[in-house]
Amino acid sequence: MTCREFVAFIMDYLAGALSVSERQDFEEHLAECEDCVAYLQNYQTTVALGKAAFPASDEPLPADVPEQLVQAILAARRHQHCT
Amino acid sequence: MSALALADGTRRDKYSTSSLGKGTDAEEQSARPRREDDEAALLIRLRAGDEVAFAQLVRARTSRMLMVARRILGNEEDARDAVQEAFLSVFRSIDGFAEGARLSTWLHRIVVNAALMKLRSRRRRPEESIDDLLPQFAEDGHHAQSVSPWKDTAEVALQRHETRALVRKCIDRLPEIYRTVLLLRDIEELDTEEAAQLLRISANAVKIRLHRARQALRTLLDPHFRGQCKM
Repeated sequence: MTCREFVAFIMDYLAGALSVSERQDFEEHLAECEDCVAYLQNYQTTVALGKAAFPASDEPLPADVPEQLVQAILAARRHQHCT
Repeated sequence: MSALALADGTRRDKYSTSSLGKGTDAEEQSARPRREDDEAALLIRLRAGDEVAFAQLVRARTSRMLMVARRILGNEEDARDAVQEAFLSVFRSIDGFAEGARLSTWLHRIVVNAALMKLRSRRRRPEESIDDLLPQFAEDGHHAQSVSPWKDTAEVALQRHETRALVRKCIDRLPEIYRTVLLLRDIEELDTEEAAQLLRISANAVKIRLHRARQALRTLLDPHFRGQCKM
């Protein structure tokens, strides 16, 4: 397996979607290639950082609901209902 | 390896209806049937055209839907437009809401769809080519340049207050079709099929774009996490 192929397989490897032989080839390459060990580590960290980059839905919502937007929506609803 | 755990992590409900904050597991379990009853009662009133119920729904959900729209559109005015469109879509299609489905999940999908429609209507800004952001390989398939491991894990990096802003800035630099897939899959946590339906592309195209988006994001973050920081 080349480094190019290794990188192409990363997402499937992390998702557990490689066949047995593909996984074996992948892990053999990982055992031999320092660049790909580093690349896999960086890739996983990138995914984790991306997922954490925005406020999670279980963080507290802003205290104030944007009232102007709420009123605009309700007005649009009334208009929609009447037409 | 917590980064691997996060990458393979279970899907969380990205659009939780809870406004009570986190409780213990037992408290959450006992609160769930009550929330479902509340949701069922609200749906009955919405289907009956109860205007007070509509106002209740808008007040209860606007903030969270706005957060979702902001993540995708990155622009407050467009995000508000998308939320307004989303609610109009909800009002039009409330009769079609499937029994047994989660209202919160349905609303999430509607606002994501409204944000994507807004995105499609926007004039495209000049973009970097994704090819310039993908890893480069020599003819023999080896990495063209050596790859340095990053010294910090995600957990450590996220303890620095500037990290999230940096990551968002790098996500914003991705070409739009790749940025959108990354947002839908990794941030909004839609599965491949859902993302494919909303984007009107194949599931395979979603997978390819997601992998490229992640690789490109890695390239953009690399100078900062190798310690050659140009923040």
